[in-house]
Amino acid sequence: MNQNANVQDDSWEVAGHRFTSRLIVGTGKYKDFAQNAAALEASGAEIVTVAVRRVNISDPSQPVLMDHIDPKKITYLPNTAGCFTADDAIRTLRLAREAGGWELVKLEVLGEAKTLYPDMRETLKATEVLVKEGFKPMVYCVDDPIAAKQLEEAGAVAIMPLGAPIGSGLGIQNQVTIRLIVEGANVPVLVDAGVGTASDAAVAMELGCDGVLMNTAIAEAKDPIRMARAMKLAVQAGRDAYLAGRMGRRKYADPSSPLAGLI
Amino acid sequence: MSLSGTCSTCVTPDRPYVALAMTQTLNITVNGDSRQTIASTIADLVLELGLEPAKVAVEHNGIIAPRSTLQEVALGDGDVLEIVHFVGGG
Repeated sequence: MNQNANVQDDSWEVAGHRFTSRLIVGTGKYKDFAQNAAALEASGAEIVTVAVRRVNISDPSQPVLMDHIDPKKITYLPNTAGCFTADDAIRTLRLAREAGGWELVKLEVLGEAKTLYPDMRETLKATEVLVKEGFKPMVYCVDDPIAAKQLEEAGAVAIMPLGAPIGSGLGIQNQVTIRLIVEGANVPVLVDAGVGTASDAAVAMELGCDGVLMNTAIAEAKDPIRMARAMKLAVQAGRDAYLAGRMGRRKYADPSSPLAGLI
Repeated sequence: MSLSGTCSTCVTPDRPYVALAMTQTLNITVNGDSRQTIASTIADLVLELGLEPAKVAVEHNGIIAPRSTLQEVALGDGDVLEIVHFVGGG
């Protein structure tokens, strides 16, 4: 296989499902479904996160997500956003599985509303139960290499540490811990949360992550569709840079033009 | 079809209670709101609410009702149901 073929074949796999795009996008906060669908297309993402909520009984004719994003073409990754206990998260995902038959799910158990920081005790508990019930949980977690390892041992099919608090757009705050998680993991690692702009996504990929998950950075951009495209390119660029292997860092300058033959 | 209690089959001597149950109005709670229904199964209720069964999931008295059994699960007075679907989220 030549190098070009390698670049073409840079797909990744989670729980037996193979994907080409390393960008997972959310479906919240968009102006409307049309904008959401257009941004999804521009992002090239093959997986979207979705939330599980009560149907609107008073107006069942309202448009629904499934009418705009076809779950047969795009993989729905049901999440547990808004769940603060393992029991709530498990209940939500059982319902999600019934609504669509998905076993690949995104688990997040939040500790408190202000930071939306994950509660790792509850997250680990929920992971264990879900795995026993046949789920394949991709797990949102703290950027802690030890917690990440514990989740993997409990059966998480992907580790998804936060780069910064959900919806903050602050970028990756601790590159060291993300790198340590990547180095120690035997399952895919995706930065989930905290990305604000394209360079943040590129940094995540340059650290060796298998992918990036984001919602607000695209949905709250002034032009979400253009930002979706920027994210797609950033993830690809970051991935290529990681695979290419960056140059070493020097403390001082090193001229690029030869010193020999100077006039 | 008459939805009131004046159903003529109610006087059928061999199965009076079953016939009565078929047209009974039930008080149930759906997604936190109480409502009345004449639906006798979860599948009937989903259709009565104008929802597409293929796009929702139902929890019946705290237990997931598998989609394949919605036709068979009978509703009872005082039942609590949660009907959910997918919405946009991150």
